[in-house]
Amino acid sequence: MYREEILKRYEPSLDNILYILHDLQDNNPQHYISKEDIEVCANFLKVPYSYVHGVVTFYSMFSLEPRGRYIIRLCESPPCHLMGSESLLEYLKKKLNVDIGETTKDGLFTLELTSCLGICGVAPAMMINNEMVGNLTPEKIDAVIEERRNMS
Amino acid sequence: MIRVKINNIDVEIKEGTTILEAAKKVGFNIPTLCHHPDLKPKGSCGICVVEVEGMPTLKRACMTEVVNGWKIHTNTPLVRTTRKTILELILSEHDMDCPTCIKNNKCELQSLATTLGINDLKFKKEGKEKKKIDDSSVAIVRNPNKCILCGRCVQVCEEIQTVNALTVSQRGFDTIITDAFDVGLGNSVCVNCGQCTVFCPVGALYEKSNIDKVWMAINDPDKHVVVQEAPAVRAMLGEEFGMEPGTLVVGKMYAALRRLGFDAVFDTNFTADLTILEEGTEIVTRIKEGGKLPIITSCSPGWVKFMETFFPHLGEYLSTAKSPQQMFGALSKTYYAELKGIPPEKIVSVSIMPCTAKKFECSRPEMKDSGFKDVDYVLTTREIARMMREAGIDLKEMPEESADDPMGQYTGAGTIFGATGGVMEAALRSAYFLVTGRELQDVDILAVRGMEGIKEAEIDIDGLKLKVAVAHGLGNARRLLDKVTEQLQKEGKSEYHAIEIMACPGGCVGGGGQPWGSDMARRARRGETLYKEDKTLPYRRSHENPSIKLVYERYLGKPNSEKAHHLLHTHYYKRSKIDGKVISEH
Amino acid sequence: MNIVRNHILISIDAGTIMAGAKAVEDALIKELTKYGLDKEVSVLETGSLGITGRGVVLVVYPEGIYYANVTVRDVPELVEEHLLKGRPLKRLILTEAPKRTIVTKEKTGLLKEQPRIVLRNCGFINPENIDEYIAAGGYEAIAKALHGMTPEDVVNEVKASGLMGRGGAGFPTGLKWEFAIKTPGEEKFVICNADEGEPGTFKDRLILEGDPHKLIEGMLLAGYAIGAQTGFVYIRGEYGLSIERIEKAIADARTYGLLGKNILDSNFRFDIFVKKGAGAYICGEETALIESLEGKRGHPRNKPPFPINAGLWGKPTLVNNVETLANIPEIIKNGAEWYRGYGTDKCPGTKVYTILGHVQTPGLIEAEMGTTLKEIIFEYGGGIKDGKAFKGALIGGAAGAFISSEMLDVKMDFVNLREYAAALGSGAILVMNEDTDMVDMLKNVLHFFKHESCGHCVPCRLGTAKLVEIIDNIAVSKGKKEDLDSLLEITQAMKSASFCPLGQSVSLPVSSALKYFRDEFMARVS
Repeated sequence: MYREEILKRYEPSLDNILYILHDLQDNNPQHYISKEDIEVCANFLKVPYSYVHGVVTFYSMFSLEPRGRYIIRLCESPPCHLMGSESLLEYLKKKLNVDIGETTKDGLFTLELTSCLGICGVAPAMMINNEMVGNLTPEKIDAVIEERRNMS
Repeated sequence: MIRVKINNIDVEIKEGTTILEAAKKVGFNIPTLCHHPDLKPKGSCGICVVEVEGMPTLKRACMTEVVNGWKIHTNTPLVRTTRKTILELILSEHDMDCPTCIKNNKCELQSLATTLGINDLKFKKEGKEKKKIDDSSVAIVRNPNKCILCGRCVQVCEEIQTVNALTVSQRGFDTIITDAFDVGLGNSVCVNCGQCTVFCPVGALYEKSNIDKVWMAINDPDKHVVVQEAPAVRAMLGEEFGMEPGTLVVGKMYAALRRLGFDAVFDTNFTADLTILEEGTEIVTRIKEGGKLPIITSCSPGWVKFMETFFPHLGEYLSTAKSPQQMFGALSKTYYAELKGIPPEKIVSVSIMPCTAKKFECSRPEMKDSGFKDVDYVLTTREIARMMREAGIDLKEMPEESADDPMGQYTGAGTIFGATGGVMEAALRSAYFLVTGRELQDVDILAVRGMEGIKEAEIDIDGLKLKVAVAHGLGNARRLLDKVTEQLQKEGKSEYHAIEIMACPGGCVGGGGQPWGSDMARRARRGETLYKEDKTLPYRRSHENPSIKLVYERYLGKPNSEKAHHLLHTHYYKRSKIDGKVISEH
Repeated sequence: MNIVRNHILISIDAGTIMAGAKAVEDALIKELTKYGLDKEVSVLETGSLGITGRGVVLVVYPEGIYYANVTVRDVPELVEEHLLKGRPLKRLILTEAPKRTIVTKEKTGLLKEQPRIVLRNCGFINPENIDEYIAAGGYEAIAKALHGMTPEDVVNEVKASGLMGRGGAGFPTGLKWEFAIKTPGEEKFVICNADEGEPGTFKDRLILEGDPHKLIEGMLLAGYAIGAQTGFVYIRGEYGLSIERIEKAIADARTYGLLGKNILDSNFRFDIFVKKGAGAYICGEETALIESLEGKRGHPRNKPPFPINAGLWGKPTLVNNVETLANIPEIIKNGAEWYRGYGTDKCPGTKVYTILGHVQTPGLIEAEMGTTLKEIIFEYGGGIKDGKAFKGALIGGAAGAFISSEMLDVKMDFVNLREYAAALGSGAILVMNEDTDMVDMLKNVLHFFKHESCGHCVPCRLGTAKLVEIIDNIAVSKGKKEDLDSLLEITQAMKSASFCPLGQSVSLPVSSALKYFRDEFMARVS
């Protein structure tokens, strides 16, 4: 149902495809583009399924794999790297007990890397869903993760 | 006209000429890899780079149009080292098991490495992870480890065939060619036309081979192995043995097949004639009795699956006649078996086809009207050439022999099936007779011949103005059928009475199972070969074929009889656009 | 009548929101109400104040005192001390706060005070309030153009200003506009490239967040000049607040009749639509951006044809960067001659930089063209943090150049840095102290490129992968001396034969790192 609601917001014009995919992914409880999402999008825009598949896989914000409730995207660009993001990656991997691209067993967190988030003034930084967290330290990571664990 | 200098030689050329074409004019071959004359240049490989004075970077010769006054250099130290580095990079990621590769000696990458004098694999990395080979399809295998991501297969699938089974997926180093949802071609909308295998410059796309199974059958003394060859094969097989493109090799082909060990050598052209009588009668009946029009041909299995997937509403317009291959299969295990007194279960029916989709067609579950699998194995032109080479047979040296009776005789109408427009021309030759009882005097219907994407003609049959259309290549078919669909929806009828569709550009001569390295110009030449043969044959109308008359007399009764319907006609399905699987019967 | 005694401008941008700016704002209002000061002291939201990494930042006018790292807990004390008792709260004052520079027709002559053209309003007005933009002289330029200038006049003014594109290689903007006006076409498009993806660069984000109407006005002027009726702003998907702000600004401009038909009672018609990216650095390249905007994979197109001849949907299309467009209203309003009063002769105007890494005060600054790197790092950026020595800098993000101290005195402009032009465009200056491992930094840059290569062409797709393989080996001291040659050989081929500027630009960080820090690389190979 929610998929139809999303489509109603847009003209069936190809230049809306990224918006539609963003909305489909954001509203999917597992934060990914499912097979059904691709079908719905392709039928709406009257393009082949393979076309939508090609577009989805090009952009790093889209995922074809189910993901956790919270997606942690740690920035690995030079400014964050210089300020120590690499050791934070190790810290996150250990803390969540997952590798890059994996989701924690409880389905809460997915760990991803990202290119520049554009908040380099507070490097090292990460995004957790749509929220930015800067000036990262292990303590700050602990706080962010614990807060969300407690909410769930 | 504009003037440029290429390697200090003045050239005067038309505006809009690429550097590649301009250089050729003055005798310089610029090496290319991703470029293909039938496809829009995409410039992905970068092999064809050249220096243009005053430009900060090198220019891609395949896609850069020359500008008046340019000074172009195609062979400078920078150009040479750049090309070499690029090729070394490609080779470093390529699965180089050349001697065991299906494309060995026919690979464009391999010959480029020779041309550029690569003698060292500088960037080679050991222990590369292998990607999964996709062998989910009955017709086509895809090996991503060989793929160089030139993108030709995607282009032909998207732009020429509009099937869109293949797409470029992922990004950067992870880029891969795949089908939607990554489930394998066998579970996709792929119609098995095999054009991707023809356009692939390397060994990443090829037919699923039945060679071993056919050898096994031939070597089994308990089996009676019969073989049929499609019209288009005889125009192409010679090329596999170094003969001039367009050499007709009918007699030599029969001789070679006998020497391979087939027990009976027949000809698909025979059932092509039979198809005309069945389909021609159907056309006449539909016109006389107000049946579904336009009638659309059904002998191209790539087209049939395409229709079932993308134009299911046209299912009832298709002729119910089976393709010549499947008619042959059904007769080989009934008519021939009875005539010879051989139990049908002992007969192995093999077909040599210019086509990969025929592999899919023969495996369709409904193709068992003889009580057995009507056609057991399909070999492409490429596969049979491999078998001949393996058996030490040089086609060039073969004597001229004839096909066996009772399914070897054919007319000129049967042989032109292999070229676009051929089926329509053959059908019109007989339809004229079926309607009027008189013979059509000028049998050359030129309007339906040639490489034009969509062709139209109007034939006057005793005052009945029969309007026909012919499309080859599924992109052209889609354009034509969109128009027909609109006419049917708006006016309840179409301007056409009959339509011929062939999945492959050029028709079967341009099939997905034909020798590598074919472009449109070559496809056209092969078509002409068939028209030449047509002119030399004693009979040029299918209904004149004595063996056809005989099969009706002895076995089938008359065209569209009940027995003919049972053995020679079929039905169609609706298929899913997601996985190509059957949704419902029509 | 209610007379406001004090204004508190609180910076609301992605950085300060993270630090809790909204909560601080609520607390301020509550606290002021408690003392009955809510009528006398107004609390206003504004865009970035140009200070990053300092938590919640706010400024109290008329004193112009900047506070940083303000938390909800600090609010009662702040209100009581400063606003009730009139005693600035020393412990929270940001000492190195940039002074406000009012851009007048005469040059101020005060270099350190940042002659602000592009960032003129950023941090001084509420970006979500169109009236504040108008009150600050906004939309005067478009009014001037529509009622007294022909499109050719506008193009000529931009040409005369000498403005060069601030997104990439510094192509003269006026010239681009002239091509656009000369290209025939019923339908033309203006695209604002806000797909800012160069690591370390976030100037465009701060312009979008801090002064979105300026961008709209810049696009209106571009549309009027070249004869376009539709504009698109393509923003990277990660910039949530930017998208929100520009969308609100567009909606307000429509309400005010500044977008739509008969703009300001002229016959000029123009509207702007926002398009959102989805995570692809390559889409910052203008032809890849156009492909993406059309709804495709972001593969670059071959040039020619250039977008100006055949761009979006094959129509003539002008693509300009955010910062470039933000310069336009000031140029039209004050004239080319005024603009040429800034910067150098050959390269007039200012440049917005982001200073990052091991510096005292990381953040956003606007400086005149021709300012030296030394001034930027040591005067604007306050020098190296923690008493360490300067080692080098990566200017221009990943596609930029590594420089060492010998480059510190070069005057930064597109002409002096022709080779590094792309680097200057992005304006990112990542400063590295003496402890930085340059091999590791180059490795990071190359991993970035491997991840962001679109994969279309061989030189870039396989070149980046091979570079990563080699540098990974060198980083763990397993490389050979020949590997350094291989790095250069591959990047040379990429520079010559990559399909688009992404692959071509990889040679810059590689060759510059090997040029200035060769010793460090030699120490890791055998």
